Amino acid sequence: MIETILVFLPLVGSIIAGVMVFASIDADKHRKHTLDLASQVVTCGLLVISALLAVVIFFDVGLNGNARTTELFTWIASGSFELSWALKVDTLTSVMMIVVCTVSAMVHIYSVGYMHHDPSVPRFMCYLSLFTFMMLMLITADNLVQMFFGWEGVGLASYLLIGFWYKRPSANAAAIKAFVVNRVGDFGFALGIFATFVLFDTIHLDTIFDSVPGQKDAILNVFGVDFHAMTIICLLLFVGAMGKSAQLGLHTWLPDAMEGPTPVSALIHAATMVTAGVFMVARLSPMFEYSQTALDVVTVVGASTAIFAATIGCVQNDIKRVIAYSTCSQLGYMFFACGVSAYSAGIFHLMTHGFFKALLFLGAGSVIHAMSDEQDMRKMGGIWKMIPVTYALMWIGSLALAGVPPFAGFFSKDIVLEAAYAAHSGVGQYAFVMGLLAALLTAFYSWRLLFMTFHGTSRADEKTLAHVHESPKVMIIPLLVLALGAVAAGYVPYSLFVGDGMANFWGDAILMLPHHQALENAHHVPALVKYSPLIVGAIGIGTAWVLYIKRPDIPPMIAARFQGVYQFLLNKWYFDELYDKLFVRPAFAIGRGLWKGGDGALIDGCGPDGVSSAVRVMARRVSALQTGYLYHYAFAMLIGIAALVSWYMFTKGS
Amino acid sequence: MLDLPLLTILTFAPLVGVLAILIIRHDDPEVVASNARNVALFVSSGVFLLSLLLWFTFDRTTADFQWVEKYAWMDDFGISYHMGVDGISVLFVMLTTLLTPICVLASWTSINERVKEYMIAFLILETFMIGMFCALDLFVFYIFFEAVLIPMFIIIGVWGGARRVYAAFKLFLYTLLGSVLMLVAMLTMYYYADTTNVIELMGYDFPIDVQKWMWLAFFASFAVKVPMWPVHTWLPDAHVEAPTAGSVILAGVLLKFGGYGFLRFSLPMMPEASLFFTPLIYTLSIVAVIYTSLVALAQEDMKKLIAYSSIAHMGFVTIGTFTLTTQGIEGAIYQMLSHGVVSAALFLVVGVVYDRIHTREIAAYGGLVSRMPAYALTFMVFAMASVGLPGTGGFVGEVLVLVGAFKANTWVAAFAATGVILGAAYTLYLYRRIIFGELTKENLMKIKDMNRREIAIFAPLLFITIWMGIYPSSFLDFMHVSVEHLINQVETSLAQSGMLELAGR
Repeated sequence: MIETILVFLPLVGSIIAGVMVFASIDADKHRKHTLDLASQVVTCGLLVISALLAVVIFFDVGLNGNARTTELFTWIASGSFELSWALKVDTLTSVMMIVVCTVSAMVHIYSVGYMHHDPSVPRFMCYLSLFTFMMLMLITADNLVQMFFGWEGVGLASYLLIGFWYKRPSANAAAIKAFVVNRVGDFGFALGIFATFVLFDTIHLDTIFDSVPGQKDAILNVFGVDFHAMTIICLLLFVGAMGKSAQLGLHTWLPDAMEGPTPVSALIHAATMVTAGVFMVARLSPMFEYSQTALDVVTVVGASTAIFAATIGCVQNDIKRVIAYSTCSQLGYMFFACGVSAYSAGIFHLMTHGFFKALLFLGAGSVIHAMSDEQDMRKMGGIWKMIPVTYALMWIGSLALAGVPPFAGFFSKDIVLEAAYAAHSGVGQYAFVMGLLAALLTAFYSWRLLFMTFHGTSRADEKTLAHVHESPKVMIIPLLVLALGAVAAGYVPYSLFVGDGMANFWGDAILMLPHHQALENAHHVPALVKYSPLIVGAIGIGTAWVLYIKRPDIPPMIAARFQGVYQFLLNKWYFDELYDKLFVRPAFAIGRGLWKGGDGALIDGCGPDGVSSAVRVMARRVSALQTGYLYHYAFAMLIGIAALVSWYMFTKGS
Repeated sequence: MLDLPLLTILTFAPLVGVLAILIIRHDDPEVVASNARNVALFVSSGVFLLSLLLWFTFDRTTADFQWVEKYAWMDDFGISYHMGVDGISVLFVMLTTLLTPICVLASWTSINERVKEYMIAFLILETFMIGMFCALDLFVFYIFFEAVLIPMFIIIGVWGGARRVYAAFKLFLYTLLGSVLMLVAMLTMYYYADTTNVIELMGYDFPIDVQKWMWLAFFASFAVKVPMWPVHTWLPDAHVEAPTAGSVILAGVLLKFGGYGFLRFSLPMMPEASLFFTPLIYTLSIVAVIYTSLVALAQEDMKKLIAYSSIAHMGFVTIGTFTLTTQGIEGAIYQMLSHGVVSAALFLVVGVVYDRIHTREIAAYGGLVSRMPAYALTFMVFAMASVGLPGTGGFVGEVLVLVGAFKANTWVAAFAATGVILGAAYTLYLYRRIIFGELTKENLMKIKDMNRREIAIFAPLLFITIWMGIYPSSFLDFMHVSVEHLINQVETSLAQSGMLELAGR
């Protein structure tokens, strides 16, 4: 019952705010202001209630172990393809609920201040709440298709929010890109669902999980090839996860998604939606556990993304893009944790990351707000005294991100790296090394961001500088709440999530086969492994200090010296250009070619148009014979009679 | 059940409206026009309300035909007037009765010339469409199936756009060519089975080699209607030139004739041939899905784009039908129903701005959301339904078809599913160019948002689209038994001829 209320409150808020959008169309200034305020109060209020209920559920389900599923009503039923709208709540869901509802509530409140000057406040609040509802539907799904519903639903909300400022062509392009690239991932997800259904004859999660052990050696013929069934299913599903979580290859939409308002970036493109892929892998752990190949792929993809995105993050100049690539990289960590069967470590990092990354984004938003919508770090600098609270909060976020104790990221990142090391497998080692390198770069770009934004001499113009101001309370308070998370979310739940209380806490929500010992062994790694993240973190911070505080003349020299590498990184490994050449342009060109050449020239040309013109030509020739002169006709008749007579003679006569 | 000749009433009630319009006499043409509109709306709404009886009384637990009527007609040839609906056809009847009043409303102000004749054409069209879905006699079916062409031809040819004559003839020729072949096949059927009773024909066992020819002949007719690649080129032209309401009926109901034909004739009457030609259907459907989606991407005309997207969506229908799985066939029917609502709505959406600006060129628009928020929302919902977003009607049909396809052949499912990606691309690209961006065009500055009449048109369609997405059981429940019966029928017959193994079951 509680979960039903929790899930549907945001939908109610969204609908109410949606009605207000239309109510405020022709409203005068005063009335419009009232409606704006009403929409903010309603959506924020409902979200805060949801967040409180999430805490209640966490205690009830997570700590007291009352996992349950509430069936609402039948959704689709066709033969054995049967599923219901249902709310499944177990420990995994309850943890996700905490992250989603808390961050969402904070972002809602923050938006009251951030979107203050925007003319379409109710619409923004409507979309935010809609997103939250869809995300909750995703995490409470008890079958794959409802998960897909939430999956595409958050995609829709993301599309609407990225394109929120619809007058900007770049925002529209980014919105479409996000939706379409995600669809590519969803294509894999959908095929994975179908394959699951063919193998298990159900898409109900618990039923599948029960029958996986019996099918662990099953063979499934897909595309004419016999695959190990669990491997192909998990890989197809993972393609979906890669799309939503912006993993290498399908990541191109995420940086562009920064076109959306900053609260959106914090909520959707950092803390919640993009972690859906990680959630999916953890949720389906009873399936992934039975395919070592799939797990290895997850590990490699995650580790590669972690390092790949971190390299790009080091050279970006847009403050939001740096954090976006950082998100991409951190998602990689979560994936390779799952890949070495340390699902709970992945979810642990997901949670801590949710808090400190939302904090960083909202802090960046506060900076952007202060700098009159400037996002380029090259035009910032030296403003820390003017916005000290934001500055301090950004430090907390960065410390957590870089994994400095006792901040949250320290605990979660450490256990992730240790688990990778302790997996004692080739891919595990790869993930550990890549993760460690990425940790170095993470510390570097985080402090590069801090130094470029807040320190040194200011590169902003006079007018902007004069306007720099600390954000209002309504924006700072959510930041404080998130900062609390960034500080405490690591140490406090450590033993529950990945320590001694682990087995009891997660219960049936996550499956780890006995021979997958990475997480257990993670607690017994050599000291060097244990401290290495800290060491590389310190090196990263130190390097950033040298390059951006001590000797700010060096970075341009490096860039000039290694022009090729620099350009390669600055242009994000040329993925966009490649995809543009490989897919986007050809699709349009082929489309045009098929239209003009295929439909126009070939089909119509040989078909109706061809036939009709042939008929016309024939008719013209025939009509040319009709001259109107009597003797022509007489002559023709004569020939005819002659022909007839001769025919008669020859056939009958002989 | 009430003792009413309900199907006959539904079929011929529109003709009563035609009579009523015919006797309208007045000196002022305006009065005639408005009376004609009112009568058409009144009659078609009445028919819709009456058709609700079907919804409430239909027995969802039997595969038998219901509301059956049978009267001897041409006894010498065994031809009778035979009507009835089962779980496959009943919802198509309702789709028709729903869309007709909406079409009348949609033409309220945009048709100003020959209003009387226009309304008559639509009411006659409704008669033929309902009759087609209810007919249980080969002869009766053929009459309705063909007769539909006449009012449609006139609607496009008289009230259409600049190239209306070309489009009308193209439509006519394509359809006629297929129909002639179908007629030959029907005569063959009659020759073999000595009956025109559809129910009896379903049970008749035609020799396999004859079946193949008959199947091809029927295919010629149905493939044009669906339309399947490569006999689809009449559709974009017909849509572009047709008045809005004409497009609505064309996309909403007429395209379903082909899919319905496959389900009613090809599968049950020619099961072996259907199995034999399944690869052909798959190939053409996949080509249709990918080819037309790519073509849609390059379109510059709104109606043409939606027309091409219709072809792609109908590709899913033909795939699902021939998977011979419960999900595939139910998905195909569902896809036809939801496409009937959604594509009809999309053509109405185009109609709204066409009525204001009088161009269908996409480049002529942009930034409409600033002046038309309600319109933007409506368009968004239907665009998402067209894309197949879960929670809308479009999703359910697509996912069921793909499930069925994946069971039957994974390649088919994978290729068809690429259409889902491309669908998102062309639909959102269209939406962006029309709705989003800065409102800069001079003639758009004063454009008005939807009026009450327009909202009244879209409200039921919006409601149904969401309903079909959230609680599809209301609709699927109609089909279950009939589809199961159909599959059993086909499989039994395949088993008898020893071809069941081939079907992979």
